[in-house]
Amino acid sequence: MIWLDTLVQGILLGGLYALFAAGLSLVFGIMRLVNLAHGDLIVFAAYLVLMGVTLLGLSPWVAALIAMPAMFALGWLLQAAVLNRVLGKDILPPLLVTFGLSVALQNGLLEAFSADSRRIPVGALEGASLDLGLVTVGVMPLMTFASAIVAIVALNGLFYHTALGRAFRATSDDAVTAGLMGIEPKRVFAVATGIAMVVVTLAALYLGMRANFDPSIGPARLIYAFEAVIIGGLGSLWGTLAGGIIIGVAQAAGAAVNPEWQILAGHIAFLAVMLLKPRGLFPRAVD
Amino acid sequence: MLLETRALTANYGQFGALFGVDITVAAGECLAIIGANGAGKSTLMRSITGVIRNEPGMVLHKGEPIGALPSAEILKRGIAMVPEGRRLFASLSVEENLLIGGQARKASGPWSLEAVYDLFPILRERRKNPGTALSGGQQQMVAIGRALMSNPELLLCDEISLGLAPVVIRDIYAALPKVRQSGAAIVLVEQDIGKALAVADRVYCMMEGRVTLVAKPAEVTREEVHSAYFGVAA
Repeated sequence: MIWLDTLVQGILLGGLYALFAAGLSLVFGIMRLVNLAHGDLIVFAAYLVLMGVTLLGLSPWVAALIAMPAMFALGWLLQAAVLNRVLGKDILPPLLVTFGLSVALQNGLLEAFSADSRRIPVGALEGASLDLGLVTVGVMPLMTFASAIVAIVALNGLFYHTALGRAFRATSDDAVTAGLMGIEPKRVFAVATGIAMVVVTLAALYLGMRANFDPSIGPARLIYAFEAVIIGGLGSLWGTLAGGIIIGVAQAAGAAVNPEWQILAGHIAFLAVMLLKPRGLFPRAVD
Repeated sequence: MLLETRALTANYGQFGALFGVDITVAAGECLAIIGANGAGKSTLMRSITGVIRNEPGMVLHKGEPIGALPSAEILKRGIAMVPEGRRLFASLSVEENLLIGGQARKASGPWSLEAVYDLFPILRERRKNPGTALSGGQQQMVAIGRALMSNPELLLCDEISLGLAPVVIRDIYAALPKVRQSGAAIVLVEQDIGKALAVADRVYCMMEGRVTLVAKPAEVTREEVHSAYFGVAA
């Protein structure tokens, strides 16, 4: 029964990792851009939600709803003003720029909020749980997982059933020919990064409500997100959820054996998948 | 004049590809541009459509300079392209490939999804298939339909018969009169001299980045075309 509990907790934890990774997967799928500042942007959004809660007295949900359009605008601007200038055949410039942005964000947050760890207060919800008979699950992890599913269903719907999604996929396939169809790749990229930042805000909400955070934890979130994207197969959103779940279950299983093995077990699961399926479980992208 | 190039030059790095090309396309006209491999035909198409940017005044649309505009702006002005090699979007179905052609330019005109399916009925049957899962000829039909979906005033077709079986080429060319009836001007880039002369109102021949002949098909001799095409008399 302990193993069933471990499995369920791991799957639910995977929902959080999938949320971390969905925005990264979207951006990579469309423009082959690896945003090394992704984790720091999650932390930045968490502070934004925290400010809404502590300074304006809003509930975390309302604060996140307000933060989402602000983060969309930030993502749009970041892509239009900075990242579009460095996207090209050479993958090194965007990596360097987003690495620099990561360092700048961490230091900026450190200046603004100090190194103290913080948490978004949620009241009674924090410890609430549901007894499902065989296992007991926390309400917050359950909500996180449900949000991940909703986010991925919504992104998939956008990607495969809207004109914007068609433009995303066409630009991803062949930006020059997409231009001949009247699509402006740089504008498409800016909208995609804006949408990714909305998902980042959702991830930040659960990150901040479930655990303490401080300005330095972004890079570790990036690694979990990156591993989930790679395990799932580059560019596949459902694959990203599967990747998140694999890491979550591995971490929960590792922790059940020995609490010190939690993080290591997740990374070992990642390496094992890479050995067996180097292109990930459900690769969409050809390259 | 619907479209005009004036002393158009283009380079790939240090390698010059076009050296002062002047062409004109009138509304509703069908123009053929013929020439051997490397003559500069595709570079001319890429320059007109903004894939290669030029001095603004080197390409004029209804008298306005468009030489420095990006591809998306050119399309919005009603100049659509069927690119060499079809270049369908691999992630999109046949129908999505068609829809994306009409997504950015909302112009009124005869072309719609149904009109394209009527032009190429086989595409209606294959509409849910991935675009790249089709035969070469069917892919070419999608590429033409995709360009028509924007209801263009000018349709540029780059090597639409390349690599296709003669019977398939016949089907593709059979669609062109219907495109003309819709009012669009057509520029056909071709290596097949016979095909080009059969459908065009005027023909330009290019060689080594220069225009070597401008003529009406009925008024030009086989020897003149041969000489302009290969640089030697037949």
